[in-house]
Amino acid sequence: MARALINVPASAKRGEVIEIKTLISHPMEPGYRPNSTGEILPRDTINLFVCTYNGEEIFRAELSPAIAANSFIAFSTVATASGKLEFKWTGDNGFSATESVAITVE
Amino acid sequence: MTVPTRRQILISAVALIGGTGMSSLLAIKPTWATPAMMRAAIRKVIGEAPLRKGKVRLDLPPLIENGNAVPMTVSVDSPMTEADYVKAIHVFNEKNPQPNVLSIRLGPRAGKAAISSRIRLADSQTVTAIAEMSDGSFWSDEADVVVTLAACVEGI
Repeated sequence: MARALINVPASAKRGEVIEIKTLISHPMEPGYRPNSTGEILPRDTINLFVCTYNGEEIFRAELSPAIAANSFIAFSTVATASGKLEFKWTGDNGFSATESVAITVE
Repeated sequence: MTVPTRRQILISAVALIGGTGMSSLLAIKPTWATPAMMRAAIRKVIGEAPLRKGKVRLDLPPLIENGNAVPMTVSVDSPMTEADYVKAIHVFNEKNPQPNVLSIRLGPRAGKAAISSRIRLADSQTVTAIAEMSDGSFWSDEADVVVTLAACVEGI
């Protein structure tokens, strides 16, 4: 399981725009780089990142090999209700990682 | 049927050599994206819709020492209401092995149309960000960058 770091405020006012920052440990091997013996390393990247807020999809990103290793994605959302933010990354070679964060909305 | 003249034989021979030469040239697969490939990739996303400058702001450092992790921010001027919001943000490049960088879907629930990431750039080039609005219009911004250490193709 890849290690993921999520930064979301623990609590927010209703209607407030909150910033979500995500970082996941992944080599994002683009599939063009030679190793020390000159062989091209096969592609191994994350292709899709989806964020859901209480089950509703709020953000979706299609990643290409041009996204740096240990992919960082920051975006925002409106704090509508207390609940759970879920993050899912999927990629080559059956890669899949999920993470969730609770948020309290007053 | 007449016997072919020497000139006709020569012409057909030249055509044959020329033809095979062309096809072997075409068989070589380009390793790098080109500005033309970027334009084609953009057309694939926006179709025949006009692409206008403005509303979008693409922030990239103008001088990049290490192309392996370049901080990038795309923000779009939009109220992000149910009636008027940014549907998608796409980022393209000219000279990486592939023209696509990032493709994002969002909606009025984002509150603010701004995203950040870290990208790879393999060469000094122009990066283009495109925003698709809820009314179907497309807006863009470009950033010219100078890259000292290239990403993607350097050996490790």
